[in-house]
Amino acid sequence: MTRRLRIGALALTPIAAGMAGIFVGSVQVPPADLLAALFGGGSALASTIVELRVPRVLLAALVGGGLALAGATFQALLRNPLAEPYILGISGGAATGAVAVLALGLTTLGSWALPLAAFAGALLAILLVFGVAASADRRLDVRVLLLAGVVVGAFFSAAIAMILALAEARTVRSAVLWMMGSVAGASWSDVGVAAAYTLPAALILLGLARPLNLLSVGEESAAYLGADVESVKRTAYVVASLVTAAGVAVAGVIGFVGLVIPHALRLVVGSDHRVLLPLSLLVGATFLVLADLGARTLLGSTEIPIGVVTAFVGVPVFLVLLRRSMT
Amino acid sequence: MRFEARDLVVRYPGSRGPALDGVELDVASGTLYAVLGPNGSGKSTLMRTLMGIVRPERGEMLVGGRPVAAWDRRELARNIGAVPQVESIPFPISVRALVAMGRFPHLGPLRAEGPEDHAAVNDALARCDVEHLVSRNVQTLSGGELQRVRIARALAQRPRALVLDEPTASLDIRHEMAILGLLRRAVDEGTTVLLITHHLDLAARFADRILLMDCGKAVAEGVPAEVYTEPVLEQVYRWPLSVRTDESTGSPRVIPRDADPSERPLEPPLEAH
Repeated sequence: MTRRLRIGALALTPIAAGMAGIFVGSVQVPPADLLAALFGGGSALASTIVELRVPRVLLAALVGGGLALAGATFQALLRNPLAEPYILGISGGAATGAVAVLALGLTTLGSWALPLAAFAGALLAILLVFGVAASADRRLDVRVLLLAGVVVGAFFSAAIAMILALAEARTVRSAVLWMMGSVAGASWSDVGVAAAYTLPAALILLGLARPLNLLSVGEESAAYLGADVESVKRTAYVVASLVTAAGVAVAGVIGFVGLVIPHALRLVVGSDHRVLLPLSLLVGATFLVLADLGARTLLGSTEIPIGVVTAFVGVPVFLVLLRRSMT
Repeated sequence: MRFEARDLVVRYPGSRGPALDGVELDVASGTLYAVLGPNGSGKSTLMRTLMGIVRPERGEMLVGGRPVAAWDRRELARNIGAVPQVESIPFPISVRALVAMGRFPHLGPLRAEGPEDHAAVNDALARCDVEHLVSRNVQTLSGGELQRVRIARALAQRPRALVLDEPTASLDIRHEMAILGLLRRAVDEGTTVLLITHHLDLAARFADRILLMDCGKAVAEGVPAEVYTEPVLEQVYRWPLSVRTDESTGSPRVIPRDADPSERPLEPPLEAH
C-alpha cells in the first residue's frame, strides 16, 4: 500500500468505529431500528439505546483523540518517543482531586463535583511542573520539565495512597475503578467539555506541526532554522496538558492510548507532525471507541474497565510494531 | 552580509569566568573567515551569540549592520544558514525531510512547499553529493553523510551567509575537501562564510582571514600568514609546533613536534579553565 493510501485509510477509521460503537452492543436491536432512531424515529427501545450510545461513542472518540494528540505532542516536546500524556504528573494531580472527592463523600453535591476536582488537581500539577521548569527569563528547560513532572507525579501518588489507606473499602473500590477510566454513563455535558478542549487544541497544535518537526533536530538547530523555540514549547506544553486534564476529568485515567497510538503511527506513517498530529487525533478516537465497545460487550453485560481493554489490545499491537520496526 | 562584534562579553549562568571576554570581530561580506582555537576557547559561544540565542552581557553583535536582537528569527534564518556542532535526532526522519526543514523560514504556517522550495532542496542535495541518500533514515547515516546532509539543510535555506561549527570534523579527506571547495565556491559567488574549525592547515589554505581565540579572548587576527607564527600558536595550543610554508599550495602548514619537557614547560596546563 502506498503511504498516501495508508494515511487515507487510517483517517477514515473513526467513521467505521463510530458506526460499530452505535450499532453493536450487549442489547441486540435491529440496525434498521437504530438507524431510524438516529434520525428521530424508531422504537422506544432503539431511541433509548441511541440516547445512551451516541454520547458514549462521542466521548470515547474525543477523549481517545485528545490523549493521542497530547501524547504525540509530548513526544515531540520532550524529544522522547516514549513520552505519554501522563508523564508530567497530570494524571496524578487529577486522580488526587477525584479520590479526595470520593473519600470525603462530596459526590453527593452533584455529578459535577468529581470531574471538577479532577480538573483542578490536574491544573495544580500543570502549574507546579511549569513553575519549576520555567526559569527567570521564562525559558522552559525540557529536561527539568521531565524530572519535575515525574517527581510531582510521585508526590500525588503518595497523596492518593494516603487517602486510600484512610478511606473505607467502598471508596477504595470506586477510586480504583475511576482511576482505570470509563466512558460509561457519558452525558452530553461531558461530551461538550471534551469537545471544548480537544477541538481548539487540535487546531492550535496543527498550526505548530512544522515548528514541532524542527524541534526534533534539537532546540539550537530549530532556532537557527527560524523557529521561535520558547513560544512553541510553552504553547505545546500548556495546550497538550489542558487536553489531557479535560480528558482525565471526564473519563478517568485511561492509559496506553497516548503512548501506543502516536508511537505506532510514527512507525507506520513517519514522524512528520503535519501528518502525525491529525492522524493521532483520528486513530486515537477510533482506538478508544473500539476499546469501549470491547469493554461493554466482551463479558456480556459485565463491563470491563476501559483502561484494561486499552492495555490488553494496545500492548500486543505495540510489541508487534516494535518488533517489525527492528527488521 | 557583514558580521561585527564590539567588545563582546558573554557569561554563562553559574560559571566563574566569562565565555567571551571583550571579543572584537569584523567579517567582511563575501569572505571565508575561519575561527580557530583550542577546545573551550569560546568559538561555539561566538557562534551562538552571532545567531542571537546567547545574549551578551556587554558589547554588541551586529549582523548586516543591525544588532542581532533586532532581527526576527525567521528573517535571520532566511539570511544565515547555521550548522551547530552536534545534533541528536530521536525520531526516524528521511534525509529529504531533514534538508526540507531548511525551507521553514521561507514558508508561512500553512503554505505548502512550492516549486521554488523543491528546487532549493534538490540543488542543496546535489551540491553536497547526498542525492542518493534522499529516502534514507538520518539515524542510519554515517557521521560523514550526516554532516553533509546537515550542510545541505543550511544551503536549502538559500542564505546570504553560512556559519558552521566544525563541519568537517568527522569527514574523510575526499569529503572534507569537497565541503571546503563547496564553501569556497559559495564565497566566490558572494556568500559570507564563518567557519569554526580545528583544522589549521585547511583553514590556512581556504580562509581569507583567520581569528585565533584562547580563553574567550581574540589572540590574533589577520590573513593566515600573519596569524600563523610559532610563538603565538605554541602559546595558544600549549604544545611545541613548527610553521612551514607548503611548497605545493603556498600556504602555511603547522607541524606539531614531539613534547619535550626540557625544551618548553607546558604551562598553563591543558585544562586551563
